[in-house]
Amino acid sequence: MANSKFCVVGGGLAGLMATLKIVEAGHEVDLFSLFEVKRSHSACAQGGINASLNTKGQDDSVQQHTYDTIYGGDFLANQPAVKRLCEAAPGIVWMYDRMGVSFSRTPEGNLDLRLFGGVKKMRTAFAGATTGQQLLYGADSQVRRYEDSGLVKKFEWWEFLSIVKDSNGVCRGITAMNLRSGEVEYFRYDAVIMATGGLGLIYGQSTNSSNSTGAAASRCYQQGCHFANGEFIQIHPTAIPGDDKNRLMSEAARGEGGRIWTIKDGKPWYFLEEKYPAYGNTVPRDIASREIFHVVKELGYQIDGEDVVYLDLTHKDPEFLQRRLGGILEIYEKFVGDDPKKVPMKIFPSIHYSMGGLWSDWKTHMTNIPGLFGAGECEYSYHGANRLGANSLLSASHSGMIAGPAAINYASGLEKHAEDMPQDIFTSEKKRQSEINDNLMKCDGKENVFKLHKELGETMQKNVGIVRYNDKLNETEGKINELIERFKNVNLNENAKWASLPLQFARQVHDMMILAHVIAGGAYKRNESRGAHYKPDFPKRDDKNWQKTTMAKYTPDGPEFWYEDIDLSIVETVERKY
Amino acid sequence: MAEKEFIHLKIKRQDTPESNPYWQEFKIPYKKKHNIVSVLKEIQKNPVTADGTPTTPVVWESNCMEEVCGSCTMIINGKVQQGCSTLVDHCKQPIVLEPMSKFPVIRDLMVDRNSMFENLKKVMAWIPIDGSFDMGPGPKMSPKEHLVAYELSRCMTCGCCLEACPQINPRSKFMGAQIVGQVRLFNIHGSGKMQAEDRIEVMKGPGGITECGNAQLCQEACPKDLPLLNSIGQINRQTTWSGILKWFNSGDRE
Repeated sequence: MANSKFCVVGGGLAGLMATLKIVEAGHEVDLFSLFEVKRSHSACAQGGINASLNTKGQDDSVQQHTYDTIYGGDFLANQPAVKRLCEAAPGIVWMYDRMGVSFSRTPEGNLDLRLFGGVKKMRTAFAGATTGQQLLYGADSQVRRYEDSGLVKKFEWWEFLSIVKDSNGVCRGITAMNLRSGEVEYFRYDAVIMATGGLGLIYGQSTNSSNSTGAAASRCYQQGCHFANGEFIQIHPTAIPGDDKNRLMSEAARGEGGRIWTIKDGKPWYFLEEKYPAYGNTVPRDIASREIFHVVKELGYQIDGEDVVYLDLTHKDPEFLQRRLGGILEIYEKFVGDDPKKVPMKIFPSIHYSMGGLWSDWKTHMTNIPGLFGAGECEYSYHGANRLGANSLLSASHSGMIAGPAAINYASGLEKHAEDMPQDIFTSEKKRQSEINDNLMKCDGKENVFKLHKELGETMQKNVGIVRYNDKLNETEGKINELIERFKNVNLNENAKWASLPLQFARQVHDMMILAHVIAGGAYKRNESRGAHYKPDFPKRDDKNWQKTTMAKYTPDGPEFWYEDIDLSIVETVERKY
Repeated sequence: MAEKEFIHLKIKRQDTPESNPYWQEFKIPYKKKHNIVSVLKEIQKNPVTADGTPTTPVVWESNCMEEVCGSCTMIINGKVQQGCSTLVDHCKQPIVLEPMSKFPVIRDLMVDRNSMFENLKKVMAWIPIDGSFDMGPGPKMSPKEHLVAYELSRCMTCGCCLEACPQINPRSKFMGAQIVGQVRLFNIHGSGKMQAEDRIEVMKGPGGITECGNAQLCQEACPKDLPLLNSIGQINRQTTWSGILKWFNSGDRE
């Protein structure tokens, strides 16, 4: 037991919390990250973290948080997992508070709370409009403390390439590429926790960071790890459209009173307030996104010839806006040039978050591969068909805090450890991975990997986004196959492996294509509309046939799909109306 | 306008940490709303120099693309800033890109900023919490105090303040304004205060605040407008007081 070796892949919020839990129990952790962990994508989360602290005299409760999350997720999540998440939430927020996270305060000095979408209670603790950044820095500071005392060893600027399995299919370690030298190395571990984040880059432009490719999850999938609910991709209603990236404009802007409108017959039309009087502008993300899409793309209401609507905060007090939303309003002004305190922002929906991910048993977060765990956005457990705003920082933290101790528990029950495994399982996997790199460097074809990625993004964006049709989905699968075929004819335009972005990206692009099949294929098969998955030809939710988890297994001919029952033991399934 | 046909870039490149730097020029078809990172991504799709010679794609760091992660910091037309939030339409052409000069170059515009993270260890930039389990809330904090803490906690370890500081040079060990800001942040916090003296001790030592030359360029360079000068003043006072108290207590015997 003392010799158990642990590895966490990914240094965002989930990975850092998993790391912290393992070192607090006295074990050493090797932490792998594509860059300094403090630069992880968790920093981009803006609006806040949900916990039913019930400090606003609104009778909020764990039960209500649980219900809102299950309801918001359109009854697709395993309900006991959601219940555990919501029970843990207040403790998690207070833990971050004790780490020194700069949460916004009430006059009495307590944590302030604000309203978010899809709920009627103020439940969202926040640090201005950079909550993810602040939580990440809090967890980062704690992990640095253990790095300083020798329990954490960071492998920053290393990219996970594959797991190493023994002859029984048990995960016994990983291979990874040093992103400076380009060399591949193997590492022996008794348990490996994947906390590698989202996959927005599969869509080209999204609100995700440049490194949120989903490649690491794809690699696990290609080695036999099941992928669940891949077709459920959240579209965030309010982002600043851009060619390189759609920059997020937090849901907090709506929560703090922002109004969505466009111009109809020369007058402002507050179409969300009109159609959803109970929730108004704070309807959940899937609904807000579809309404904006409908108004702009289907009814044709543009603003100055652009596909955008207004997100308006100009009626609010500028000092209040600066204090509560300063960080994101500055970003808008930097990129667009207008001051949102004076001029309504122009926004449009954007690909934002993957509800689906590596399948794991929610009780332990272990995947179907023994010894391999999943936590954070790369795992699927909590959000069903649609995630509520400010539940992602919560689920990232919580899942890491479950996976860490579960990994220790698993390793303590092992009869044989990674150290006892034969050498050749490691060296042969290292050889296989090195050869992929060598072959890519040698390729002298005509295809540019960055252009292939652009094409992948365009087709996914067009056909597997907010509105889905089966003929288009079918077409997309054909396009992905074409891109995979063309990938064989790449040219990296590169002369050295040293700090090579083309080599790194070529491998990611290939793995993004494989995972794109899971998203498009899952969407094609699911003939209903539920949460973020919307098919006009099947506009209703169909619980009889589809209240099931989509499972995908890799085969060389594309994903094999099947469907598993969900634990619905907590709340009764009802129609989802706002 | 004729100059709107192309975006003209002049990039300082370097293949390895040991090799000599060289310059390459690129002309990218003009498009509205490009930023520096999105232009570099265009070069990746067609890595050819302005005179038509095929070359390797330029290497740089980037992640969030919205100025919260600090990755894509570089020198743009002589000023250190983030590439993602620097709009091409605001830049004089040719746009000159160079790697930060105060950190070792890895390749092209990519540098190794590990020293900044090591410095966070030296000043114990953390609160030694009892554990990550549920022990209820932390200490209360007034909204006014929170505002100061919040400003400082937005530091993304980008290194702009170090790049701008003349005291960051091979002859000095000065850790820079970033670390002073972090010392102040953790010393403000209700529990972080308990280790304030330890952090101040580090600030008195090699690389600490005594090596600040008061050039005052750090705050202007900070993309997040952190109150760095104010923090240097605060920490200076804390080190002075700590020195005086030590002197007063030096006669005590235990």
